[in-house]
Amino acid sequence: MQEALRFRVPEAELIDRPDYVKQARRLWQGSEVGARGLALTIRGLRKSFGDHEVLRGIDVCIPAGQFVAIVGKSGCGKSTLLRLIAGLESIDSGSVSFGSEARPEDARVMFQEPRLLPWARVLANVEVGLGRGRKSADARARAERALTEVGLAEKRGQWPAVLSGGQKQRVALARALVSHPRLLAFDEPLGALDALTRITMQRLLERVWRDQGFTAILVTHDVSEAIALADRVLLLEDGRIARDIHIDIKRPRKRGSADLAALEGSILGELLRGGDERST
Amino acid sequence: MSVIESFPRVRALKLPRADGFVPWIVPLVILGVWQLACATGFVSSRVLPAPSDVALAGWKLTVSGELGRNIWVSFWRASIGFMIGGSIGFAFGLANGLSQLAGKLTDTTLQMVRNIPHLALIPLVILWFGIDETAKLFLVALGVFFPVYLNTLHGIRTVDPQLIEMGRIYGMTNGELFTRVIFPGALPSIFVGLRFALGIMWLTLIVAETIAASSGLGYMAMQAREFMLVDVVVLSILIYALLGKLADSASRALERLTLAWHPAFRKP
Ligand SMILES: Nc1ncnc2c1ncn2[C@@H]1O[C@H](COP(=O)(O)OP(=O)(O)OP(=O)(O)O)[C@@H](O)[C@H]1O
Ligand SMILES: [Mg+2]
Repeated sequence: MQEALRFRVPEAELIDRPDYVKQARRLWQGSEVGARGLALTIRGLRKSFGDHEVLRGIDVCIPAGQFVAIVGKSGCGKSTLLRLIAGLESIDSGSVSFGSEARPEDARVMFQEPRLLPWARVLANVEVGLGRGRKSADARARAERALTEVGLAEKRGQWPAVLSGGQKQRVALARALVSHPRLLAFDEPLGALDALTRITMQRLLERVWRDQGFTAILVTHDVSEAIALADRVLLLEDGRIARDIHIDIKRPRKRGSADLAALEGSILGELLRGGDERST
Repeated sequence: MSVIESFPRVRALKLPRADGFVPWIVPLVILGVWQLACATGFVSSRVLPAPSDVALAGWKLTVSGELGRNIWVSFWRASIGFMIGGSIGFAFGLANGLSQLAGKLTDTTLQMVRNIPHLALIPLVILWFGIDETAKLFLVALGVFFPVYLNTLHGIRTVDPQLIEMGRIYGMTNGELFTRVIFPGALPSIFVGLRFALGIMWLTLIVAETIAASSGLGYMAMQAREFMLVDVVVLSILIYALLGKLADSASRALERLTLAWHPAFRKP
């Protein structure tokens, strides 16, 4: 059990990626799209709102193509960290840098709410994701491909209002994927879904990540979700990364297996205990 | 309005083909009772002429061309005044909704002016413009301005900020953000303003034409009052009602066309 937990200091060096990522990468590079993961380095990142210092020096290095989950108590600054990475908030001090030259289309965010335009049909909503490529000739074809990828091709002409919650999130995923981002950040994208839909969506996320080889950063409340999907779990506490846990369980991971359950138990323990120790 | 329409209709009431006829049952019954009351002498024709008399008066005026001319004059005043007031209100609503500076500069002033009932300005307007066309257009435009302004402003300010953020993340330019996110999001509220404005438009015009005019439906009704022609008075009132209904139906049709995405406007 303990072998599965490898704690690292926040100043993590590049770790070797699991084989399947390399495979997926190779496949992907062979295709015409050529989307690869984007490495991400965060140094001494701080952020306060007024007097309240939310992030007090985040140091982390995420290699290209890794699937990272960020867990932590409510209000500990997970969303803030994600918004800083996505460039939606200004940085107080420190830096967020990508491994190579990144276009705006290279990093995409997916939120807890699908944020679809209610007055645009499903396909048009996906086209929004193309960014500056919206006006290109193959925009429609690319949007259709992304929609097929999330299994909603037949809903292309519908209004978002008639879709179920899970379907809306899938459209939002297609919109995020259509520009072939090299880094995709998720802020509790599955938080509002029922348990069954959640599991289906988790499988979908894992599949597209393996197919496309982007770097994935998933903020979640759900430790079991983090363990089922991620290569690495970051535990955010008191504005710092308190634990950096690498999960070396082979994929596809069996939900409810003893390995996962034991790991989940120990991380949950960390989460609960960590807060108590620190406060004394 | 929309809330009630969005309820599913009761199955049993949905007789085939009779659906479009149902709303007209009550007006027809009222008309029948009215005709009966006049024919039996229960209501004196000096108080309320029978529908048949009103129709006859309408026919006569149509033949003489007087009715058509007056309706046209009123319709012209209404639409020109509406377009002037509506477009200025819309422009201010857009400017103040989109630009903080514009909002700070003019919103307080406009809110103060709004508290003056525009019909209270009639004496002043007559002093300024006489009973000229300008007077009527000015009053209609002023009356229409505020509902359009307020609802456009409200619509733009209440567009979901999360959607705006999404638009920015996906690299929309300011122009795209306006046409694809802000304007469609404000549209339901703009329509509310439009329909309020249509009501105020007719109200203002009736008052202005009865007080200060030498043509138009309101003038026709006042003339008829002087000669004790009750049937013509009732006819003018009915025509006002009809025109109001027409304007409302037109705006509803436009609403249904442009808000097809909105669950409340979807066809059953
Ligand atoms: N724009 C803002 N202005 C002021 N305070 C903010 C702002 N955004 C976040 N905060 C504060 O920063 C802290 C962290 O917020 P954040 O949304 O990052 O938490 P979180 O970890 O995502 O929580 P949850 O799991 O509940 O989503 C909270 O105390 C919050 O009140
Ligand atoms: Mg959050």
